[in-house]
Amino acid sequence: MRVLPILQRKLLRDLRQLAGQAVAIVLVAACAVATAVMSFGVLRSLDDARAQYYERCRFADVFVSLQLAPEAAGEAIRRLPGVAGVDTRLVADAAVAVPDTEGPIAARAISWPERGEPEVNAIVLRRGRFVRADAPEVVVNESFAEAHGLAPGDRLELLLGGRSREMAIVGVALSPEYVYALGPGMLSPDARRFAILWTGRRVLEAALGASGEFNDLALRVNGSASVEGVARQVEAALEPYGAAEAHGRERQRSHAFLSAMFHQIAGVGRIAPAIFLLVAAFLVHGALVRLVDTQRQHIGVLKALGIGDARIAWHYLELALFLGVLGIAAGLAAGTLLGHGLTRLYAQFFHFPSLSFRHDLPSILAACAVSIAAMALGAARGVRAVSRLAPAAALAAPVPPGYRRVWLDRLVRRGPAGGATRMVLRHFGRYPLRAALTLAGLALAVALQIAMLFSFDALDRMLGFHARAETGDFEVRFPRVLPASAAGELARWPGVLKAEGWRVLPAKLGSGGHARAVNVTGLSQSAMLRTLLDADLAPVPVPRQGLALAGKLASLLEVGVGDRVTLQPIGSRVQADLPVARIVEQYIGLDAYMDLDALNALVGGEPAISGADLAVDPRRRGEFLRSLKDSGAIAGISEPSAVLASFRDTMLRTLTLIVSFFVAFAGLTAFGVAYSSARITLAEREREFATLGALGFGAAEIGRILSLETALLLALALPLGCLLGWALAWVIVQRLDTELYRVPLVVSAHTAGLAVLVVVAATLGSTWSVARRIGRMNLSAVLNARP
Amino acid sequence: MRGDKTHSVRALERVYRTGSDEVRALRGVDLDLCSGEIVALLGPSGSGKSTLLNLLGGLDRPDAGEIRFRGEELSRFDDRALARYRRRHVGFVFQAYNLIPSLTARENVELACDGAERPIAAADALGLVGLSARMDHFPGQLSGGEQQRAAVARAIAKRPELLLCDEPTGAVERQAGVQVLEVIERCSLELGAATVLVTHNVALAAMADRVLCLADGRIAEARRNAPRRNAADLSW
Repeated sequence: MRVLPILQRKLLRDLRQLAGQAVAIVLVAACAVATAVMSFGVLRSLDDARAQYYERCRFADVFVSLQLAPEAAGEAIRRLPGVAGVDTRLVADAAVAVPDTEGPIAARAISWPERGEPEVNAIVLRRGRFVRADAPEVVVNESFAEAHGLAPGDRLELLLGGRSREMAIVGVALSPEYVYALGPGMLSPDARRFAILWTGRRVLEAALGASGEFNDLALRVNGSASVEGVARQVEAALEPYGAAEAHGRERQRSHAFLSAMFHQIAGVGRIAPAIFLLVAAFLVHGALVRLVDTQRQHIGVLKALGIGDARIAWHYLELALFLGVLGIAAGLAAGTLLGHGLTRLYAQFFHFPSLSFRHDLPSILAACAVSIAAMALGAARGVRAVSRLAPAAALAAPVPPGYRRVWLDRLVRRGPAGGATRMVLRHFGRYPLRAALTLAGLALAVALQIAMLFSFDALDRMLGFHARAETGDFEVRFPRVLPASAAGELARWPGVLKAEGWRVLPAKLGSGGHARAVNVTGLSQSAMLRTLLDADLAPVPVPRQGLALAGKLASLLEVGVGDRVTLQPIGSRVQADLPVARIVEQYIGLDAYMDLDALNALVGGEPAISGADLAVDPRRRGEFLRSLKDSGAIAGISEPSAVLASFRDTMLRTLTLIVSFFVAFAGLTAFGVAYSSARITLAEREREFATLGALGFGAAEIGRILSLETALLLALALPLGCLLGWALAWVIVQRLDTELYRVPLVVSAHTAGLAVLVVVAATLGSTWSVARRIGRMNLSAVLNARP
Repeated sequence: MRGDKTHSVRALERVYRTGSDEVRALRGVDLDLCSGEIVALLGPSGSGKSTLLNLLGGLDRPDAGEIRFRGEELSRFDDRALARYRRRHVGFVFQAYNLIPSLTARENVELACDGAERPIAAADALGLVGLSARMDHFPGQLSGGEQQRAAVARAIAKRPELLLCDEPTGAVERQAGVQVLEVIERCSLELGAATVLVTHNVALAAMADRVLCLADGRIAEARRNAPRRNAADLSW
């Protein structure tokens, strides 16, 4: 009865003997559990917050934009089978001017019903009250209000429909449609440069010249009805009113970005812990095999004392499981901390009424179970060896390991100088599985970092792309199409050096059975401020005939250069059959481009433009912005350089936290793998090293043998890790390839170099810490000990 | 066959400490070694034989006293200098052979000659111990006696000035033991190495020029064999 407590005491002493390896195992297992706890906890927190928010605000299932339709059309939709609630409203791009900002700010104005709240897409009022039907009042979104220090009672200037109007802010709100609030032309949310405003229906009707009409409809579907079926009926019913595609939540921008983010988090939560647990299992395997090897005689004695095989095997398994439990405990604590941190970070970009980190119990239980299973799997070989060891054999001296020549011997210089290299190579030949596992562990550490660090390269490429594609200082959008001469007028504005008009035509592009509603942009042949770029980011001219399609759009339509597509402007019965002239690069959205004159000819009427790119004299920037603010002639404005800077800052803030976390974990993994490998080598070959010491080899020379072993594995692991990292990055890029955005696959030398450097440093550090033991070795004790 | 003096040991002391316990392994040993001379160290377990051997071979440092090798004091050597001393001047033969298992017998010998001034070719050294036919075998493929002979070949190939043999026949059969002792004897006579033979086996002491009996960390008795017997004539 007292055997077990004694064995447990032995377990604790064994742990002390394995200290370094035990710490490595606990840390790597903790990384696995922490990643799972963090990822799935954050995912659950975001998912729950979104579900509750959608439920509370009756978030729509189907969305459609159109030109203008009478309310009667909305009533007809309400009567369609499967429709549970409808909101018809006016939505318009606008601009606002606030005292703390020099120029106008892009805004989206949304009408608020005359009575009550909308049936779908309600908003959450955080402060103040809702607007009155025809009063010059607005409710603004919370992040914009916070970014500009605005509160109910403040005023702003609304530039809408070519007029400027002073509005009173009466409330501050959140909307489920803008959890991720991306303004027109923006690459990431920027609360300082994009506002969402809710104002009385009549205010918008007056500005847009609509009377009892709507241009945007959202509806909720009954639980049993098919969203797709209802969407198609809505599309058919509203087609006469210039409806674009009626789409479900999956193409609603904010929802789609959230879903893409969830998809990413879930991917990290599944892949990274699996990698860490594989490494942890390998470390346990090494530690247990070494321990059992050095304790052969103890095992023999225990068996000779009559303690059963199962109990002794359990004793060793217990050690692995104990380390697993420590790893789980540390992982739970670290995962909870990181989860809170990450949730706080996401709360800066995703605006929910409430978002706080919550654990996801099923995934925690799964992570614990899988971690314990990984520990048991890692321990299996050592434990099996314990069971199989016959007491007599265990008490006898072990048979010396049988070595043989390996084919690599031929590469090594004959004579004494090649001795160390031969020893290392034959050791690999004797224990190929261990060498392969060490190599794989180091390669995975490199790969994991590359798979994370390449995000910075992708970001650089995207920034480089946009900086080359959009060289104008400002992009302005008109409230309606204007004659092409409007560009000439803009060029006469103060500070404007150059103005290049363009026209955006919402249209449906189709080929075979595939169709997409997209924006077709007509660009002038002489455009200098906006350039189309190919996949290598080289400029390509605007095709004189036919279309240039974004690569993703071409693949969705399954067309290539030379194929033909049909183009039907939204709200028009005109249909044109056009060739695909070029495929161009585009990372955000799905767009098509054509020659401005050709586009105007297709639409008919006078040549027109719907916006312009401007080059502005930097010294007269303020003057330009003030005149723009005063004129009220624009519906939207964006500043490409500011958009890029904001995108860069946003991405860096998120990426830096997540990537640093993984780089640290990968470094830890490399340290653990290399340390474990060196420690096992030292334990197994202690007598050899002591012999070399007796032969007159210094500690540094013997340390070099140990280092040579690690260096050879490292030399193979680094290129393999780079390849594996590239492959992982490819998988990630494929997962992120959506209609919303694409991430380019770029792995720079800098990224690969950093990943390699971290692993080399971790490996050198761990090998050095083990090699130091050689200098402290008691040569005579080792050499005179019983083999 | 005594030549010039290689080592001079004076008032040598070595104390092992484990916690509060102290074990005085050597308590003031004086000793001189000469080239070409075989000295047998006899004594019961714990008498200090192996400790003295380790100190002579530069595997350990004394707590007091001095060991001079050709006039230089070993206890003043740093780790690097001690390693150089072992590499150039000392050959070890251990009871447990301690061959490198991943190197063949020939490679084990070559490795030990790395840095030696005038080494005997590995094949010749293995020929001396009768292992010409098995020199490309790994230790795991050799019998205990063959492994010990390979270990002797490794020890003598560098032409050491000091050959230290710790129970060289302790783990091998008699026939193989005699072969091992013959090679040690030849090394001492032909290469002129000062040879120290640690053994429990009193019969082996007959091949030594001098016999030192250690007890309780001191040389309790020193005697000279006149004449000493050849290794081939020993029986036990």
